[in-house]
Amino acid sequence: MLEKVFKGSPKYYLWLGFLLTIIGIAACVYVYQLMYGLGITGLTRDSSWGFYIAQFTYLVGVAASAVMLVLPAYFHHYVKFKRVIIFGEFLAIGAVIMCMLFIVVDMGQPQRVLNVILHPTPGSVLFWDATVLSGYLILNAVIGWTTLEAEKVGMAPPKWIKYLVYLSIIWAFSIHTVTAFLYAGLPGRHFWLTAILAARFLSSAFCSGPAILLLLIMLLKKVAGFDCGKSVIKTLTLIITYAMCLNVFFFCLELFTAFYSGIPSHQHPIQYLFGFGHAEGAWIGPWMWVAAVLALVSIVLLVVPSFRENMNLLPWTLILLVIATWIDKGLGLLIGGFNPTPFEFFTVYTPTFAEVTISVGIFAVGALVVSILWKIALEVKKENRSFDLPAGE
Amino acid sequence: MYNSKYVIPGIILFVVIFTSPFWLNIFTPKYNYPELAKPVGPNGEAVECVEPVKWMRANHMDLLISWRDAALRDEKRVYVSSTGKEWETSLQKTCFACHSDYDNFCLKCHDQNAVEPYCWDCHIVPQGNK
Amino acid sequence: MNANRRYFLKVAGLSTFALTAGVGASLAKAAAVNEKVGEGSYKVSEKAVHGKRFAMVIDTRKFQTEEDMLPVIEACHKFHNVPKIDGPKEIKWIWHDKFHHAFVDDTSPLIPDEVKNRPYFLLCNHCSNPSCVRVCPTKATYLTSQNLVAIDYHRCVGCRFCMAACPYGSRSFNFTDPRQYIKPEDLNYQYPSRMRGVVEKCTFCAERLENGQMPLCVEASNGAILFGDLNDPESEVRKALAENFTIRRKPALGTDPGVYYII
Repeated sequence: MLEKVFKGSPKYYLWLGFLLTIIGIAACVYVYQLMYGLGITGLTRDSSWGFYIAQFTYLVGVAASAVMLVLPAYFHHYVKFKRVIIFGEFLAIGAVIMCMLFIVVDMGQPQRVLNVILHPTPGSVLFWDATVLSGYLILNAVIGWTTLEAEKVGMAPPKWIKYLVYLSIIWAFSIHTVTAFLYAGLPGRHFWLTAILAARFLSSAFCSGPAILLLLIMLLKKVAGFDCGKSVIKTLTLIITYAMCLNVFFFCLELFTAFYSGIPSHQHPIQYLFGFGHAEGAWIGPWMWVAAVLALVSIVLLVVPSFRENMNLLPWTLILLVIATWIDKGLGLLIGGFNPTPFEFFTVYTPTFAEVTISVGIFAVGALVVSILWKIALEVKKENRSFDLPAGE
Repeated sequence: MYNSKYVIPGIILFVVIFTSPFWLNIFTPKYNYPELAKPVGPNGEAVECVEPVKWMRANHMDLLISWRDAALRDEKRVYVSSTGKEWETSLQKTCFACHSDYDNFCLKCHDQNAVEPYCWDCHIVPQGNK
Repeated sequence: MNANRRYFLKVAGLSTFALTAGVGASLAKAAAVNEKVGEGSYKVSEKAVHGKRFAMVIDTRKFQTEEDMLPVIEACHKFHNVPKIDGPKEIKWIWHDKFHHAFVDDTSPLIPDEVKNRPYFLLCNHCSNPSCVRVCPTKATYLTSQNLVAIDYHRCVGCRFCMAACPYGSRSFNFTDPRQYIKPEDLNYQYPSRMRGVVEKCTFCAERLENGQMPLCVEASNGAILFGDLNDPESEVRKALAENFTIRRKPALGTDPGVYYII
């Protein structure tokens, strides 16, 4: 099926060329980081993780969210999802690859990365995170490729694939739980040391991931003419609605515990995030307020049926939701975790241009992987005539 | 066979390139040990290494790794050599005490064998060099 | 799938297997070479200071000003080739800070000015239940049999998980090559420096203990910093703890820090 990658319109090639150019530029910056060290980032002694690890965390959520298509299709026999599952699985592959790249670029000694395998340490959550992420990548690659190959020749996929699918459903929950455990088990980091962190991670993943997927599928209709059908959009939007409500609800639970208990150490990170901490040059406050407002607006637009079912409005709702969840997890999570410092003062971390360039390059790698995989899926669908919507949809 | 006029030369070219190090090795002159600065004691006297010179030449990198792991992981910092003599397992303090000329000792062989160990990223090249 | 493709896949599969087997064999060979080195043997030095739970007691009353602390900090940083880097990417093994930064749990605002304004030494606490060791994915940082929290700089991958896990902010990261911040004439040839991309911190001078010497800060403190085995009732630290009221940093976190402060 790989040969399908090389058959495309000039626009398709232009898009790939564009992505490769970005990747090339980012790779040059990364080589500089390799030679000079992480000194080119805005990271500091007090704020030792930043933009890279935050993007990693956000993308684990995107990867896990493929399960929101797979679970209804396989556990509840919601057959209408089956036509688009492949896009979810291939998006997950792109997301996991980005996750791994973000981990690697964050390392001080990336050439020693195999030490994690050579000296396996089951007591370390990072060891388990590496394990579940690679497992999830393999699962999705095997399942996606096998089902697509079966679809190509017009046969039902082999029986054993069903069991792998069941495994991948449980696995999807595990990857984001383990990622939350990276943070939730650290003594002295008040913002992270909370039992609800894994639940918050999952709920934010299950709204933002499907939202990104839905946006991309809508884009697919424009650029490739593939229509997923109204009922798929409707059901997926409903899932996003529930997950987003839970996400905001869980955050409010944090607010209650911190501010009703009155314990300062629980309050400080949240106060700082929303602009009430005293630190020179702190910039996160307005961002978090924007996130809060966008989250609430997106909830209103999702909960009210007439807004939710308005197909002209829906993409904008989803964009607002993605921005809100990204600020929360892609910026706030790490900055809140490192503030206040172990010495109870606030510190300011600002990602540098180089850091953001490398990150954009990794996003371009993800976009490249997803573009290529989706291209294959679309071509296969064209060949076996499942590209057009079935009659009556 | 399709495209045999491309495939067969391609395979031949691959085999030639892949085996080129062996050919180069056969047709180049024999390896010569570079002239090294002999290690000396603090007063310029001749000294003996922790293990026989010939063995050290072949195995010093493994011995150093072994020293490192013994000191850091097993918390044993004294090496009892095959001759029964005792040494502190320290590259910085023990080895460099006699091997004090980095350019004419470590570097010469490493250069000739095209190896670039990263020891020197942390361990400080001996002061006798300056 | 046609027959040619199936054949190709078989060959590809077999070659992958062969390649893995080859790597495995060469790893086994490398291990065998390591075993050959066992011509000699290793032992603990006869001079070594022994202890099951090394700990430190700092008499903060004897350090009234920052100048009092400088010789101690200098002794440590000079010997260990700790680079002087200005700004938030700094590296430090032992340093000082205000009372309310050092002891964040004890926030009574009405303590005597003399206690409040005094600087306090901060360094790795060498916890007996260290969270940094728990999270390290490669065992690069680990607990020795004498309860020292050690780092193997050769193995550290620079993920900085330990820095996020340390509740005392004791760890520093080499954001770039530390050598460019040490003047060549200031280098101490008795001790290595570190390299770019690894985490470093106080070692309680493990290699000095092995040679029967006390940590450098203890030596430079003129008796204001005591060091010894907490499990030995006759040790200096136990005597000091029995005679003075001491506090530790963030004891509620369960890490069991090993640095005690006489206030």
